Amino acid sequence: MSENKTDYILRVEDIHKTYGDAEVLKGVSFNVRKGDTIVFIGPSGTGKSTLLRCINQLTVPDSGRVWLHDEEVTNSGKKINRFRQKIGMVFQNFYLFDHLTAIKNVEIALIKVKGMSPEAAREKALYELRQVGMEDFADHYPAELSGGQAQRVSIARALAMEPDVILFDEPTSALDPELTREVLEVMRKLALEGMTMLVVTHEMGFARSVATEIVFMESGVIQEIGTPAEVFGDGGGFERIRSFMGKIGDLSGD
Amino acid sequence: MDETAQFIDFCINILFPALADGLMITVLLVLITAPFGIAFGVLLAVGRVYGKSYGNWICRLFVGFVKGCPLMLLLFILYFGLPTVPYVGVTFDAFTASIIGFICCNSAYNSEYVRGAIISVKEGQLIAASALGMTKRQAIMYIVLPQALRRAIPGLSNEFIYLIKYSSLAYMITLVELTGAGKIVFTKYFEPGVFFVVGIVYLALVTVTTVGANALEKKYAVPGTQKR
Amino acid sequence: MDLFSVVAEWFPYLVEGILVTVGLVASALIIGACLGLPMAIGQVYGSRPLKYVIGLYVWFFRGLPVLVLLFMFYFTIFPLLNLDLDAFFVGATVLGLRGAAYQSQIFRGAIQSISEGQMTAARSLGMSRAAAIRTIIIPQAVRIALPGWSNEYPNILTDSAICYAIGVAELLTRTSQIVTQTYITMPIYILCALMFIMLNFAGMRVIAYLEKRVAIPGFSGGGQAGIV
Repeated sequence: MSENKTDYILRVEDIHKTYGDAEVLKGVSFNVRKGDTIVFIGPSGTGKSTLLRCINQLTVPDSGRVWLHDEEVTNSGKKINRFRQKIGMVFQNFYLFDHLTAIKNVEIALIKVKGMSPEAAREKALYELRQVGMEDFADHYPAELSGGQAQRVSIARALAMEPDVILFDEPTSALDPELTREVLEVMRKLALEGMTMLVVTHEMGFARSVATEIVFMESGVIQEIGTPAEVFGDGGGFERIRSFMGKIGDLSGD
Repeated sequence: MDETAQFIDFCINILFPALADGLMITVLLVLITAPFGIAFGVLLAVGRVYGKSYGNWICRLFVGFVKGCPLMLLLFILYFGLPTVPYVGVTFDAFTASIIGFICCNSAYNSEYVRGAIISVKEGQLIAASALGMTKRQAIMYIVLPQALRRAIPGLSNEFIYLIKYSSLAYMITLVELTGAGKIVFTKYFEPGVFFVVGIVYLALVTVTTVGANALEKKYAVPGTQKR
Repeated sequence: MDLFSVVAEWFPYLVEGILVTVGLVASALIIGACLGLPMAIGQVYGSRPLKYVIGLYVWFFRGLPVLVLLFMFYFTIFPLLNLDLDAFFVGATVLGLRGAAYQSQIFRGAIQSISEGQMTAARSLGMSRAAAIRTIIIPQAVRIALPGWSNEYPNILTDSAICYAIGVAELLTRTSQIVTQTYITMPIYILCALMFIMLNFAGMRVIAYLEKRVAIPGFSGGGQAGIV
């Protein structure tokens, strides 16, 4: 493993975040290489989602730094909006823009933020909707989509910005099992195509088959990091992850 | 029977022509006021929700004053009061003073509806916009306001109907609009039917507007989001 | 002329005007509630013709400007009925009748928001329909209606100034008289505006206090979020 810093497209260094009395993140650091799929697991309320939000500064960390390539994302002032274009995000509750059709949801930031022409944006949006299998629903409004469909559109919306990395914040937690599968399929495909992804999820099957690294977080710190083979294999050293997975009773993959 | 014929004759020859002129003024007042009232109402609402200290305070003070002060007094201030202020005094004709007063009133009340609608837009919408790299201004312009304005349509159309009705107050500062035209005819002929005819015209205006507003609301409803 | 001495001289006159205004508003609110509540009950539980008549009443009074209603009643309807009423009574009656139309809709919404189960439970105890409405539905409906109802106060307060048009000696009328007599314009208008705003504020305080007193612990009734 090379320690050359330029190998990493995203570096997260010693992030701390406290809400009131609760210290949610107590110094979290890790690095991400291009094409990595890093899956964050761990009990609820251990700061995984907060960590993702600290990366694109939707939540401003109390201390610690984040770099995208060699530029600092933290403390970047107004430049943050440029970084956010490069760091996509997919939310648990989709957050599709309720007043816009699926395709307009994908288009709007292309036009208003990236300054694309409406024609080019439309073409790009259609392409991305096709990537997630939603081109037939281009003219549907969010309220007319199932949860799984909405989440696929929101993935297309993130993809269209051509980000260097996409943050997935529990993308399937609000979905029924059948709908979860279609979203995970899309994410699996993205990972195979080489998209760099950070995923907070409870889907162990996905973690096992797709992750390049599994990060186990508990009480605001990273407890263990390992590849799926290390974590799921017979080798020792990952008792905490295993006891956690034992508790949530989900070792089966699909 | 003879009385009825006489009344019809009176209507056709005297009342209707007078009311037609007045109605013109009323319609003009309303149509000129409404777009400004909506535009300023949105600005006031944005100022109150997102404004920093000063802007926020000015917007709140303005809305508080306009809502607390009777519209008629506001018209008096604009028409009779302002010209007497030394140095800065401005004189408006009755039409302009009415328009200004109505815009103040209309925008203050509109801002309440728009503000409520802005607040009701879910937080996730702003978060998602930020995550895509939109500035706060872009997020407000392209994401929050389009949703909020749709939700504010029932309130805004309600205010529009109020505007039709309170435009009658322009007569109190000498502008002869629909109500004024009726009053003048009444004072001259003491024909008891006058105010009923005037009333029918207002009811027609209000009813037609209500029907139109409902259609508008339906047209701009986002598909899939049924009214509660 | 010294502004302060003028204000001091006329202040008692204005304070009397405040009393008249408060009288107008209080009578209008009371008339409005006394008529509005039964109308709401009629509109929800009444027979078809009754509902129709009440609907017509509401449409009429909500569709007309206050000014037109005042002229209509003051110059036409009461004289035709051979009632020689003081302007104050005409003003209070018109504001009250109009308020009833608005209030009935607030009460109606409240009644309709009460769950079916309340009526069913009351009937299962052997209560008559009328008794159930009186002892179970109304006490709840009134509490649910309070937030919406309290919005009526500032509306009627500012509308009461329109009674100037028929010469009720309320606050705005007296303000105008002082202005014409003293030629001091803006300061008097501003003073009048402040008095209205103060009345508005004070009244809302009283209403908030009343609301707290009748509140039932844990019972929100899901009352409509009034526009604040």
